[in-house]
Amino acid sequence: MSAVSTPTGADLDALVLPQRRQRWLRTFDLAGLIVTLLTVFVAILWAFPLYWGVVTSLKPENEVVQSGLQLWPQHVTLDAYVHALFETKIGLWYINSLVTSLSVTVLVLIMGAGAGYAISQLRFPGRKVLWWMILASFMVPIQALIVNHFILLSQFHLINTWVGVTLPQLIAPVTVIIYKQFFDSVPKDFREAAVIDGANDFQLLFRIYLPMNWGITTALAIITFIAAWNNFLWPFLAVTSEQVMNVSVGITQVFDAFGVKYARDLATAILAGLPVAVLYLIFQRRVTQAIMLSAGIKG
Amino acid sequence: MLKSKRAEMLTAFVLIAPFVLVYAVLFVYPTAKMVQLSFTNAPLIGDGDFVGFDNYIRVFKDRLFSTAVWDTVYFVLLTVIPSTLLGLLIALGVNRLKGFTQSLVLAAFFLPYILPVSVVYRIWSWMFDKQFGIAQYVISAFTGGTHVAVFRTIPLFMPSVAFITVWWLVGFNVLLFIAGLRNISTEIYEAASLDGASRFAQFRRITWPLIWPVTVLVMTIQLILQLKIFDQVYLFANGGRTDATIVLVQYIYKWAFQKNQGGMGATVSLLLFAIIIIFSVLQYQLLRSRGEK
Repeated sequence: MSAVSTPTGADLDALVLPQRRQRWLRTFDLAGLIVTLLTVFVAILWAFPLYWGVVTSLKPENEVVQSGLQLWPQHVTLDAYVHALFETKIGLWYINSLVTSLSVTVLVLIMGAGAGYAISQLRFPGRKVLWWMILASFMVPIQALIVNHFILLSQFHLINTWVGVTLPQLIAPVTVIIYKQFFDSVPKDFREAAVIDGANDFQLLFRIYLPMNWGITTALAIITFIAAWNNFLWPFLAVTSEQVMNVSVGITQVFDAFGVKYARDLATAILAGLPVAVLYLIFQRRVTQAIMLSAGIKG
Repeated sequence: MLKSKRAEMLTAFVLIAPFVLVYAVLFVYPTAKMVQLSFTNAPLIGDGDFVGFDNYIRVFKDRLFSTAVWDTVYFVLLTVIPSTLLGLLIALGVNRLKGFTQSLVLAAFFLPYILPVSVVYRIWSWMFDKQFGIAQYVISAFTGGTHVAVFRTIPLFMPSVAFITVWWLVGFNVLLFIAGLRNISTEIYEAASLDGASRFAQFRRITWPLIWPVTVLVMTIQLILQLKIFDQVYLFANGGRTDATIVLVQYIYKWAFQKNQGGMGATVSLLLFAIIIIFSVLQYQLLRSRGEK
């Protein structure tokens, strides 16, 4: 392609290049089309188990076990959902999940914003050490602490309580790191102007720094809530009573006494996943932003 | 001036107090306690006597420990590399799409990741159900008509749970790769195609080197995550009925909560803790070197 040295070569190129480019573009499109179709096909395969779960939950129990592929129910029924909602403890589990996940979310955000603001904007002894410790523990292996969390919380009789489920989930150094980074990038002018007007640090935090980073608070709130709702290991260990179980644990621990009822099991599972799925579908952009931030990619 | 400095300090302490308290009581203290407990023969609840390194010797002599280590490593191998490669391939495909199609396709890959593990467990138990599972049609094609109880066949257990885990988590990797791909300027590709570089050459010379840091990041995140595996393995094994498919966290669970030996549980916890810290430090170094460029 470096035939630009002589005039004749350049002329030749002017003639040949468009043709060659066209041919190249044509193969490009064919290859591109194949890749696109393949991607869409794989995406359909990927979504199929979810689709199949939903479809099965809408079938009457006798249709579920019929032979042959029924990709759509012959009779759509909500029986399985009615059963899940009124004959199991799922309502109670929903409340348990909601209370503990909301507590985790609110407390993690308050602690994260407070500590993030102090480390970002204030000078105090131990600031460097604290920041270093937070950075060092940003991927704390909580699973390795289950034994000692259990011992600690049972000493305070917090096993089988909402508080016991909530407490170990409050360790979230990542939230502090993200808040600190975002508070760092708030222009100093805002701070100086507000300080001249006589604002104290709490007013600065709640009137300037948090509102300016409202988006990041939303993103962190959603992702913290989803993580708490989905958490399995700790709620599973901390709760043995059906009354206090989270929905993610409850649906795996309680079985029908008389044989497997597939549609009912799936309806219960879908109800358990519905709140987080809806949250994701509404706040897609925020969820992806928060995930990238927690992975260390500023997006 | 001096007064305002003291006020600033006081404010700072009030603001960091909740975090520091939680961090001290629920992280530093349990970690220290775990070290201490690993040198005793204490039950889960209650005190024990100092036994030196006895627990460590017992753990390393225990055949179930080697099973747990091997199963964990096996699971890590079966999930980390496939989910990273698949994540990159899917991201390359999704990145070509535009607008609504792209959001829809991305959602198809990402939605499973957002669901609780128990929902994933329920859906795939049904997919693979021995009598009526739809996946048995595929299995029958290989076995010549016989249905297979996948999760009760030990050689099939880890690969199928790993497969389900990849299905569940790959959306996360796809997301990180798409972010990485978007950071590569389109001008580089335009320049390359003007120079007549083939699509494969473009991938090998531009995309792959520039996406490499993200690949390393994804792999270390997945590695740390999968070392801590418990939920799916426990659930699909019907509450860990067999020791053949035990993983490390499950081994901790067994000692502490099923055999009521807090000291042994703490010992294994400490070992797992150390392994994960090593990999986390590695990851932190990688992230820092990325941040400095």
